[in-house]
Formats: sequence, C-alpha cells, structure tokens
Amino acid sequence: MEIRKFKNIHRLTILLILCVILALSCNNKATDEIKFHGVSQKQAKNKKTEKVTEFAVDAPPFSYGIYPCTDCHANFAPKPEKRELVEWHDDISAIFNHDSENRWCLDCHDLKSRDSLRLASGKLLDFKESYKLCGQCHGEKLRDWKVGVHGKRTGFWNGKKEYLLCVHCHDPHAPKFKEITPEPPPVRQEDIK
Amino acid sequence: MKNENSRRSFLKNIALASFATLALSGCDMKALEEFLQQNFRTLSKKEKNKIIKNLAIDYKKKYGKEFNVSDKPALEGTLFGYALDLARCVGCRRCVYACVKENNQSREPQVHWIDVLQMEKEKGIDFAHSTSQYNPEKVPSEGHFYLPVACQQCSNPQCTTVCPVKATWQEPDGIVVVDYNWCIGCRYCMAACPYGARHFNWGEPTIPVEEINTEMHYLGNRPRMKGVVEKCTFCIQRVREGKYPSCVEICPVGARKFGNLLDPESEIRYILENKRVLVLKQELNTQPKFYYFFGI
Repeated sequence: MEIRKFKNIHRLTILLILCVILALSCNNKATDEIKFHGVSQKQAKNKKTEKVTEFAVDAPPFSYGIYPCTDCHANFAPKPEKRELVEWHDDISAIFNHDSENRWCLDCHDLKSRDSLRLASGKLLDFKESYKLCGQCHGEKLRDWKVGVHGKRTGFWNGKKEYLLCVHCHDPHAPKFKEITPEPPPVRQEDIK
Repeated sequence: MKNENSRRSFLKNIALASFATLALSGCDMKALEEFLQQNFRTLSKKEKNKIIKNLAIDYKKKYGKEFNVSDKPALEGTLFGYALDLARCVGCRRCVYACVKENNQSREPQVHWIDVLQMEKEKGIDFAHSTSQYNPEKVPSEGHFYLPVACQQCSNPQCTTVCPVKATWQEPDGIVVVDYNWCIGCRYCMAACPYGARHFNWGEPTIPVEEINTEMHYLGNRPRMKGVVEKCTFCIQRVREGKYPSCVEICPVGARKFGNLLDPESEIRYILENKRVLVLKQELNTQPKFYYFFGI
C-alpha cells in the first residue's frame, strides 16, 4: 500500500515537472517569435538596414528674373492692403487658386523683408524652407511627407534617398495637381496578331 | 504474344537512337549544355557563374553591347512590400512604359507587366466595370479613379504551386520569380493567378537594341524566349542592389511606395501601421505583399 502511494506521488511529480517545462517552452515561443509574413521579427531587428540618409534636392528655380524680390520692391513703398494686382504679378493673380477668398500675397510673403517668406507667427523663412510654411495649414501632409509617404522619394530604399519639396509638384499659387496626358493604352487582346 | 527482343523492336530502337544522335549532332556543345541545364535552384555557385557569364557573351553577340548579368541572391533580413496610393494615382501609365523599358519586355508582340485599370468612383473597386483601354486627352477623368495591377507578390502564391516543373517559386525576400530556361510554357500559372499578372510570350520577343537595359538579373529582366511566362519581379535587378523599382522612380505623383517589411522604420511599415490599407481579392487568401492605400 505504502509503496503504491509513493509510486503515485513519484509519477505525479514527474508529470508536474513535465507540465512546467512545457509551459515554459510555450511561453518562450510566444515572446520570441512575433511573426510577420512568416519571418521572425527578432531576426529582422538584429539585421537593421544601414543608416538611412536623406537629401533634399535643390529647390525648383524661380521664374526668370523674379528673384531677388528686392531688386524691384526696394524702390516701392509697401502697400499692405489686400487688392487685385494689375500692373505687376498679374500672371500670378490670374492663376491664383489657393483659398483665394481668404488669402493673398502677404499671407506668405513678408511685407518688409521681401526676399523671405513669413509664417503666421511672423517668423521669417527662407524660400528653401517653404515646406514649413505649407505645413502650417497642411500639417497632416507635412507629417506624411516627412516619413516619405506623401510626395516622392527616389534613390535607394535602404540608403541614400532624394525627396522632392512641396513646390516641385505643387505650384504654391495654384497647388492643385495639373491634369496630364496619358501614355497610349495597351494593345487589345483581340488585336494581337 | 509480344516478344520484347524481336527483330522489329531492335530495328525500331536502332532507328530511334540514330535519329537522336543525328538531332544532337546538329546543335553545338553550348546549345546542348543549355538544353541539359538543371533548374536554377539546384545549380551550384560555380555552375551559375558559368551560365551567367555565357549569357553575357551570348547577349553581346546578339545585341552588340556589354551586359551585366547578375544572379545576386536575396539580401538577408529583407522581405519586400509595395504600397500604392489609390487617392493619388492619376492613371497616366508612365509606370507601364518605364517597366517595359527597365525589364526588357517584348514590344512586338506587346507585353505589359502593369495593367492600369480605370474604375468608376460610384462603383468602387469593381473589376467587372473597369477598363484598361481608357484614352482621354487628359487624366484623371471626372468621376474615375485608377488602380494599377501587376504581380501582387503573394505570400501564399497559387501560381507556384500549380507549376508542374517547379520553374517558378518565391525567393526568401518574397519575390516570386520564374526560371525562363526551366519553364515549359504550359501556362498553368497564368490560369492560377487571380490577378492576371503573368504574361506569355506568344511570339519571339522583340526589343529595340538601343533601348535594351544591359543591367540584368537571371531571374528578372534578361531577354525572354518565345513560349515562356514572365511577370513583375519588383525589378529584382534593382531592388537587390538597394534601388527603388523603376515604377516608383517614374511615378509623377509619388503614388508608389516600396520598402522592406521587416524594417520597422521603413515607409512601407509606416503605411501599414497608419493608413487604411487593402489587398485585392483578400477572400482568396493569397496574402499579397502589394498593398493599396488611401493617403488622403
């Protein structure tokens, strides 16, 4: 009787130890292997892609003879009232379509320091940093652009990339993307000889 | 009763053997070697080197240019993923022709790896009411959106499982490739692909010599033969060198995004984690690594 009892306890402890080992091993697996598309994440973390460096391409050129603005504006007395431009910059007036009801030149260009852009706060900004100006209203686009989701990046997916500024694709005075001519459609299946 | 050692069967075999010798003697050693070449995945490094070296020589002879044929294997720790912003694609087809040029597709008969579908905004993603034949003066046209389709690089590809000779498979970096030399042209894979992403060379492919891309990968953009199937490889010859695919580079609206799904810092991972993403024909459980998203 005693012996049988002892045997049972012995079996029980072995079973218990086995259970603990099993539980531990399961636990380990759960923490170690976060699978993403069948490939272990841990392995991916160890092998980090090389340091990504990003470079801005040069800002697009100004229209011919338009910059620096002070070349002309130094000779004019500043007029801060909102108005339709007729004599100069009438080409911009004609295409201006960027909340034209509420905005005009001096919302982005500075009245006194003509060669600079101007944030709503009054802070002056170089033309090279125009994206900060755009980001005042289009904050969510700026956020996406910074991580490479809005806008275009070229170069190396695991290294040096070049990105375009807002003004490369969007005319700041009429930012809607222009329609383009499509390339020819494919040959129809039935037209293939 | 049939006698296995009959005079008749002996004569038959002799005739067959002599015919085979005659046929083989007709081609040179190189053609014979190519004929007997094994599946790419079973080749040793040495054999691969010899094959790609010979290919470069052959191409030089044919096109009169220097070629760089690569057999670079997958980079460790990479799994490629692609995302396309449906809100931004304007359907201009620049990607289609950049792809043709980069990947040496046949111009005549025409082979396109990317098919840009025009869909109606009212109907949403509805293949039955889509067309790739749209040709207005300017795009995008009112009331429409565009959905370019190429190989979806499925994690659970059906095209590879149906191949009777295992001439197509998924590489460790997730790219589904074809060994053109091993393909028998049965087109089972084309029937199995729910995205129409595989294309058959019905005729001898033609590529203008001045337009041929000399940077090649054995499993990618090297010139194909008549009678084999081909497909998008995410520009394997570019992406394994770290470059973006050429459709990403050409897209005038920046709707195409590419990167390493295993790198938490990549653009593609940001999109998956922060945008509304969909895959085509999800119900088929092909698990594409080509995601469509709305970047608005």
